[in-house]
Amino acid sequence: MASLSRPVLGRRSTRILRGSIGAGAFFILAELVTRAELVNPTYLPPASSVLGTTASIIVDDGFLDGVRGTLTAWAIGMAIAIVIAVPLGVILGSSWRSFLAATTAIEFLRPIPSVALIPLAILLIGRGLEMRVVLIAYASLWPILFNTIYGIRDVDPLAKETARAFGFSRTAILRKVSLRWALPFIYTGVRISAAIALILAISTELIAGGGPGIGTWMLEHSETGVPRELLFAAIVVAGLIGLLINSAMGIGERRFFSWHQRVRGSA
Amino acid sequence: MSFANADAALRPRLSGVPGRVGSVALRLSVLVALIVAWQVMTSIADDAVRWPTFTAVAGRLWEIWIANPDAWVESLLPSMARLLVGWGIAMVVGISLGTLIGLSRGARESVDPIIQFLRAIPPPTLLVLFIVLLGIGDSMKVAMIVFGVVWPIVINTADGVGSVEPLQRETGRAFRIGFVDELVRIILPSAAPKIFAGLRVSLSIAVILMVISELYAATDGVGFELVQAQRNFRSLDVWATIVLLGIIGYTLNLTLAAVEGHVLRWHRGATRTGG
Repeated sequence: MASLSRPVLGRRSTRILRGSIGAGAFFILAELVTRAELVNPTYLPPASSVLGTTASIIVDDGFLDGVRGTLTAWAIGMAIAIVIAVPLGVILGSSWRSFLAATTAIEFLRPIPSVALIPLAILLIGRGLEMRVVLIAYASLWPILFNTIYGIRDVDPLAKETARAFGFSRTAILRKVSLRWALPFIYTGVRISAAIALILAISTELIAGGGPGIGTWMLEHSETGVPRELLFAAIVVAGLIGLLINSAMGIGERRFFSWHQRVRGSA
Repeated sequence: MSFANADAALRPRLSGVPGRVGSVALRLSVLVALIVAWQVMTSIADDAVRWPTFTAVAGRLWEIWIANPDAWVESLLPSMARLLVGWGIAMVVGISLGTLIGLSRGARESVDPIIQFLRAIPPPTLLVLFIVLLGIGDSMKVAMIVFGVVWPIVINTADGVGSVEPLQRETGRAFRIGFVDELVRIILPSAAPKIFAGLRVSLSIAVILMVISELYAATDGVGFELVQAQRNFRSLDVWATIVLLGIIGYTLNLTLAAVEGHVLRWHRGATRTGG
């Protein structure tokens, strides 16, 4: 049995080694396909030249302005969503009736694709940063709200009773028992929202303009005659930003909330 | 991560849960309350252009979409076709690729960084590239939907296939069933709940991508009508079309949930007796 033989490398280093080999193989394959010019190279530039272009645009001021613009709208929108969704979720999650009422309302509002609101927001708010932030906040609100409500509902009634028996005040119970328990749920909601907010930040740039951004920069570099490598490189950077945000939040989740998985697992 | 799992896990702890009839009544009253609140607030605001009343929006929705067969053929049909073709291709590719990767731990770990990276690419950035490469036609929109939604399916399928109980597979092999039988009867069924979780996520992303690709560059479709209404300052039409998209999203979710409930019926029974 393979599983009984002693591994030469640790689990972790095997995983990293395999991952690096996979990434390397993918790059070589992409390079071979593009170099063989199976597809017209003006459409599909060689992988290595995309990589070179990526290295040059991440020190380009115009592109960095765009990255900054996108991330600023993203961060403001996320912050607003958290500030609204968490207290609202705590209130809505505190009783069965409000929980059912809230989940019903959310069930009807959530299927509306958030990008469909871009035209409405343009009519109501205009095309500036304000409109982008409102839409990003709106789209990121739902996962955070949903997870906060569920987190608050998940608190063990016995834990609250115990705290009450020890003479904790209502606010103390909320802070030390309920919110503490719900925090990992809220965090998961924020993590889901982070990806959605990035989609909205770039979508609003494409549809409505409104200041510098990765999407705006790509539009400016999409005319004929401009090397296609630039668009591919911008996508690589956008992917790396998404990956960075997601992995950073994943690391945070494991670091701060590993207790949660253990407690829940044993319950 | 999944709401459904969290829901099932916390159900036994909840107390004072209203009965089924009570909860349906409550849900209906919430819906009615939302509509009444909309109607009252917009009547008070008295700004029909920016904040139309519920009755005005519902009337317009009926007029330009529901009771308008031309709109069904000219706008709804192309949109739904793009959405379902794109999502369908992503489903076939995603489940196949995910199964292939999921069967071996080595394969899973080798492709993981690449797949995580591809999944992290915000799909709207692809819009600009795909228009340059493929033009503004249907192939661009379908390609964008496929590329944008395939990764959650791949990841969930690989995860589900990778976590099949080894005992189940070995039992199958002891009975000398072929690989195809093993795949169809053991591996895919036990991975099905995770595959469906991936399909659900990808369906809602697919709706978003359908809309944005039509908002940005199209000559027909629901998204195209939406942006036309906005450009001509027909705000009532914008509201009505947004409600229509909400209904489409809701119907799609409901349909998938029904299919999932049907397909996974055996699963609940199997896990209940097994657990």
